Amino acid sequence: MLKFTQEHEWVRIDGDLATVGITQHAQEKLGDLVFVELPAAGKSFEKGAAAAVVESVKAASEVYAPVAGEIVEANAAIVADPSLVNSDPMGAGWFFKLKLANRSEIDALMDEAAYQALLV
Amino acid sequence: MAVETTFDPFQFRHRHLGPSSEDVGRMLRIVGAPTLDALIDEAIPGAIRQARPLSLGPALTEPQLLGKMCDVASRNRPMTSLIGQGYYRSHLPAVIQRNVLENPAWYTAYTPYQPEISQGRLEALLNFQTMIADLTGLEIANASLLDEATAAAEAMAMARRVSQSKATSFFVDSDCHPQTIAVLQTRAEPLGWTVMVGDPAGLDAAAVFGALFQYPGSSGNIVDRSDTIERLHAHGAIAIMAADPLALALLTPPGELGADIAVGSTQRFGVPMGYGGPHAACIATKAAYQRSLPGRLVGVSIDSRGRPAYRLTLQTREQHIRREKATSNICTAQVLLAVIASMYGVYHGADGLRQIASRVAHTAAALARGLQERGWTVPTAHYFDTIAIDAGERQDAIMEAALQRGINLRRFAGDSASPSRIGISVDETTTPDIVEKIWAAFGAKNESGKGEGASFAAIEGQVVNALPPALRRSSTFMTHPVFAAYRSETEMMRYLRRLADRDLALDRTMIPLGSCTMKLNAAAEMMPLSWPGFSDLHPFAPADQAQGYAEMIADLEAKLIAVSGYDAVSLQPNSGAQGEYTGLLAIRAYHRARGDVARTICLIPTSAHGTNPASAHMAGMEVVAVACDANGNVDLTDLRAKAEQYADRLAAIMITYPSTHGVFETAIRSICDIVHAHGGQVYLDGANLNAQVGLARPGDYGGDVSHFNLHKTFCIPHGGGGPGVGPIGVKAHLAPYLPSHPQLSGKPSPVGPVAAAPYGSASILTIAWAYMLLMGGDGLTEASRVAILNANYIAGRLQGHYPLLFHGQNNRVAHECIVDMRVFKETTGVTVDDIAKRLIDYGFHAPTMSFPVPGTLMIEPTESESMAELDRFCDAMIAIRAEIRDIETGAMSKTDNPLHNAPHSALDLADDNWPHPYSRMLGCFPAGASGDKYWCPVNRVDNVYGDKHVVCTRPPVQSDRNEAANPLASTASHAPIAPGLRNVDLGVTARASSPPARSKPLDPASAA
Repeated sequence: MLKFTQEHEWVRIDGDLATVGITQHAQEKLGDLVFVELPAAGKSFEKGAAAAVVESVKAASEVYAPVAGEIVEANAAIVADPSLVNSDPMGAGWFFKLKLANRSEIDALMDEAAYQALLV
Repeated sequence: MAVETTFDPFQFRHRHLGPSSEDVGRMLRIVGAPTLDALIDEAIPGAIRQARPLSLGPALTEPQLLGKMCDVASRNRPMTSLIGQGYYRSHLPAVIQRNVLENPAWYTAYTPYQPEISQGRLEALLNFQTMIADLTGLEIANASLLDEATAAAEAMAMARRVSQSKATSFFVDSDCHPQTIAVLQTRAEPLGWTVMVGDPAGLDAAAVFGALFQYPGSSGNIVDRSDTIERLHAHGAIAIMAADPLALALLTPPGELGADIAVGSTQRFGVPMGYGGPHAACIATKAAYQRSLPGRLVGVSIDSRGRPAYRLTLQTREQHIRREKATSNICTAQVLLAVIASMYGVYHGADGLRQIASRVAHTAAALARGLQERGWTVPTAHYFDTIAIDAGERQDAIMEAALQRGINLRRFAGDSASPSRIGISVDETTTPDIVEKIWAAFGAKNESGKGEGASFAAIEGQVVNALPPALRRSSTFMTHPVFAAYRSETEMMRYLRRLADRDLALDRTMIPLGSCTMKLNAAAEMMPLSWPGFSDLHPFAPADQAQGYAEMIADLEAKLIAVSGYDAVSLQPNSGAQGEYTGLLAIRAYHRARGDVARTICLIPTSAHGTNPASAHMAGMEVVAVACDANGNVDLTDLRAKAEQYADRLAAIMITYPSTHGVFETAIRSICDIVHAHGGQVYLDGANLNAQVGLARPGDYGGDVSHFNLHKTFCIPHGGGGPGVGPIGVKAHLAPYLPSHPQLSGKPSPVGPVAAAPYGSASILTIAWAYMLLMGGDGLTEASRVAILNANYIAGRLQGHYPLLFHGQNNRVAHECIVDMRVFKETTGVTVDDIAKRLIDYGFHAPTMSFPVPGTLMIEPTESESMAELDRFCDAMIAIRAEIRDIETGAMSKTDNPLHNAPHSALDLADDNWPHPYSRMLGCFPAGASGDKYWCPVNRVDNVYGDKHVVCTRPPVQSDRNEAANPLASTASHAPIAPGLRNVDLGVTARASSPPARSKPLDPASAA
């Protein structure tokens, strides 16, 4: 199940695990990423809390936890090579996986059609 | 008021203003206004016009001014000041004084945001960073901060960001300079931190998030703090050392003692004391903390040919991108002074600095021995340049005896531990004669001491320096060849010329940067600051030695009050951003004094400069954004709603006038009224004061407090990115809350000092004062009128070629105009960057890019540019529009055109391989071949590469050739580049992306 947020993040739900990244649209608007900071595994976030930081030459932005949960894994590959987020935002450029604290929060997220509608 | 029609060679205003009276007539026809009076009436809302003409007394001619300045300087009596406390006499090598400090190629340059035309000063700043990183034994240093005390405050804030500790207290060694302690207390209070001052021996490391130690101490004492630093680290706290860079030539550097951050002042590297400033402070840290560093940072990247090129790096830390989440509100640095200090380092090199430091240490040891022979006790076993002698009840008599001999010593008056101490700090200029005079002033302590001891010559052979053996520096520093290649004056002179030639400053072209007011910095305004009567005063010298300064300061304050309509002025803030912060502290203190402790909300329009929210954050306020309408004006409906919503908590609004969009908003009085009606104060950002001097006064139309950028409106040069001076003016009800200073007598203020020196960068106040004296009230008013004319002339000439954003009433702009470049991206791929870089090929510095609106250029010509220069610029802009049209029509390629490839370097012209579909002539000489062609030393600089590969010290050079063989000029297109840099083939380098834009969390609208 693939969901989206107003803040241009995508969330892939797999059981009680959510994988989070930023959308194609977001990476285009940020431009070439030069820096990514990710949370350590084991850290817990409330829904909407700032969990990661991305920086391009011209902009800095926070990536928010789209749902509450505990970080299970962070994608070290994008720290080493932030351009992965530009080249494959929905795949190899994922940010972190978290264990859902409250499944019902998923319902508040957008589906792909709603997100695409937001962009026009 | 009519424009004077006759040229008068004795009237300075005819030299300051660009357009002649005939030009004014011609320009008005293009602008479409019958007279200048009519244009001004159309541009500025009648409701805010000042009632009476600005009167500042008669304007002086240039010779009259210099005579007056001489006279005032003569009422300052520079003594041999051995007060120390962070300020020392120093010898500025004449080759640096003449070729940097007094050279408009250096002092009229702008901040190096456009790296291609700034390679010279970027190299000088990288030398500075390399020198500081080496001296402190840390990995990364920035390109300077405002002064040592504020650098310590920045370090404290940085410690809070990186510390693992949850504590809210910060420890300060009581042997730190008193002004540093006071500035830290000012900074900590609004942020809810407690400053604990004491002896480090009793420090509870678990109770603090960081600690600051002075090294050597303010009293001269040198103590090894490595054990304390270990204890701090065990609790996740951060150790900061405020170190004297000259002492570090001999002492184990902070990095080797475990310190996480080092700060200091580079004043004694050739920069005159100047009654307090300006001087360049420094900050260095471990690489792990580089993203938490405040201030500007120069880094190494590559250009589109793969050659090494310098640029400002990691700008996402800064206020213009991160706003209230930035590492600091700091914007201005002290570039000119950092360049001077770096060149002092380049000229002397590591061994030269070691010798200078050794001589200082030796002189101090001889001084101490002579005093011991006279029966005085030297309480510290280990010291570098400073000793503090307990003079008991003879303190006054000895201070007076020294004064009789022309020497100022330090009185530890406010020191509770031993207020009867006298401090003596020697320096590189301290001669045997001075030491003997000090001995004579002290005399014998008692009958057992000899009143007439041996001579300096006899004593100096018997002493060794008093540095602690365990803290002798063994590590090398400043080993890069740049610190060895320029020891002869000939080589130094040529190095300075070569670097200056790489840059575009006001001595070559107009710099039409919006909101930066790059006007003339006249030679006569600049001269007095180098005179000993202004340059050689210690900031804490007795007041009777600074009568000339007192006279100037009082008159400058009075003139600023007359210009602004406020009731009181503080000259202490060292920059515009610091002025904002100081003004907000006054507002905060005012509310608190009235019991309104909950008033902490600061309303800031979305169009505001990034320093506004960053300053509000530092002043302990919470930022609430106010929307702007499609015309860039404050949305009154949203303002009313927010003011009502936060009526009980509203502290202030920060608003720029004329707006950051270059428009005189007609609603300004309503905006002020709404905020006042809800209990808030109005902070009117004075960055754009140049449009209104003599025409409108912030204090009249609703402002409670403003800062004035003396480095914009009042002619202090930008110095390549500093110094700045940002005094604030306040209405009477805020006057009790102007910042105090430990060295100033007078009424205590609830707001402590915001800068190290009582009058901030006092020596360059002479520039602003000289300008006002030369222009008089009429001349200043005329300058504002011509500034508005020039901006409207550019708007008039560019209209029809480019879309212009944001007009005020009657379709007029204020003193700047915004040209929209976003329209070309879709059809031609041309970005605002391309246009900015293409202007370099035409010999121009680009206007302000992407502020306040992404994808636009903001143009501010100032009154100093002539019609001929304005035309040259407009012709270039129109020619560039024609090039874009060729892309639109398909006559030129979308991907290989002169804009896309700009700027073009000499190497492009000479390269056997010219792969482009347009001619070399069009690429390199778009305005026609001319002997005056400016050659950009590099091609377009790669921003992404630089931010991904952060290198902030001089990279090691490949060969042992003379460093003067600059790799930037000599590397062939396919030659390997410097080690440590990826070799990039021609043409495949990622293209530089857009400039920093204001950010919101992943908001596509703001990052376009």
